[in-house]
Amino acid sequence: MKGYNFAYLDEQTKRMIRRAILKAVAIPGHQVPFGGREMPLPYGWGTGGIQVTAAILGPRDVLKVIDQGADDTTNAVSIRRFFARVAGIATTTRTAEASVIQTRHRIPETRLRADQILVYQVPQPEPLYRLEPSRAAARRLHALAEYGAMHVRLYEDIARLGQVAISYDYPVLVNRRYLTSPSPIPAFDNPKLHRMAALQLFGAGREKRIYAIPPYTEVRSLDFEDHPFRPHRADAACALCGSRESYLDEVLTDDRGGRIFVCSDTDYCAGRAA
Amino acid sequence: MNAIPDLPGFPDPVPDSQAAFRAILWAQSHPGAIVTPAPALIVPAPLPVAAGALLLTLADADTTLWLAPGFAPARDWLRFHTGAPEAPLSRADFVLAEQLPALETLGTGSDDSPHDGASLILPVAALGEGTRCRLSGPGIDGTGDFAATLPPGFAAFWAANHALFPRGVDVFLCAGSRLAALPRSVTLEVL
Repeated sequence: MKGYNFAYLDEQTKRMIRRAILKAVAIPGHQVPFGGREMPLPYGWGTGGIQVTAAILGPRDVLKVIDQGADDTTNAVSIRRFFARVAGIATTTRTAEASVIQTRHRIPETRLRADQILVYQVPQPEPLYRLEPSRAAARRLHALAEYGAMHVRLYEDIARLGQVAISYDYPVLVNRRYLTSPSPIPAFDNPKLHRMAALQLFGAGREKRIYAIPPYTEVRSLDFEDHPFRPHRADAACALCGSRESYLDEVLTDDRGGRIFVCSDTDYCAGRAA
Repeated sequence: MNAIPDLPGFPDPVPDSQAAFRAILWAQSHPGAIVTPAPALIVPAPLPVAAGALLLTLADADTTLWLAPGFAPARDWLRFHTGAPEAPLSRADFVLAEQLPALETLGTGSDDSPHDGASLILPVAALGEGTRCRLSGPGIDGTGDFAATLPPGFAAFWAANHALFPRGVDVFLCAGSRLAALPRSVTLEVL
């Protein structure tokens, strides 16, 4: 840990992020601006999540980092090593052993507990950004809870394609008030957001926004009475552990069209296969 | 001008403020839960230990503070250890009150930026006993029972505050070294 303050960030930055996190928890789903710092990795690699993790992490925490469900990909490995080096904390790949889990684009299959915190890396925190390019205008829409444009967007999908064609980053309404981006998790994971026992914190580094979903908070995926939200899952079993419940990745196995489906959550899969 | 106070702040500021923050974060995300952010901290009387711990953890030169007259003995200590400038009640980020202030006198943020609403630190005689309430909302599984020696008029204050949502203030009740949070998102019903 020589040469670094604990968990890399200076104390004034941590205080600023901590204040933003507390306000974010008080206003579930509302994006709180924060003074995002330059981190020693590029935007898009988890700078927002890392800053949130750095602000909450303590010496007794056990950190797990996943990238698309996997503990062993470049992004996950390097962020885990980063915190082992700048905070001297213990790391794990086991969901049940972790006190803080930083994630890119997945929610673990294992149900999370009240004593765990899930930190999401968020590329684009504004759920309205494809519909309303002006950030100032989007803030007004949030202030007025005016989310008709998003319903129209879902309706147009249904009218043209027969179903809502959003497979990831599916918009949710948090605590019946704020339209919120769940980050690019598959729509399959959306039901896990609802009334989760663990605190969920979201950090967007480039966009410099933090938001939160407190434990046991109502999170509803936007839908219509006659077109209810349906999470999508590949109709197959995991080739390694046989799971028919978990979210699957499709993997090409050769250049002759061979393919298998395997669990995206490597810890879940390894635990079942063992 | 800036007198050096007799009492130190956190003995080991980096881990101590992190531990205090995690306790406060637990309280904020589990409204009504009682935590002890910094059991060993020594603060100048009559400041509750938990209020001192919260301000050492969260306040600095970037935030403003309003101090009730009764807490004047803690002024030098707070100024030295946090560096937070004082501001009028309506513009303070952290309000350290003696009695329940009128909601209209506090900053409640705007519709665009509700997170600008103040954090109200309110000393109470006891947590876990006194007025019994039922809480519901984010952070609470169903409903949660909660008790504190709340000041007179608190239920009406809270109803008005919650009605402003997403604007409003967030309250931290402090009894000695113990603290409980009431974020603006929760509803409170006196039993």
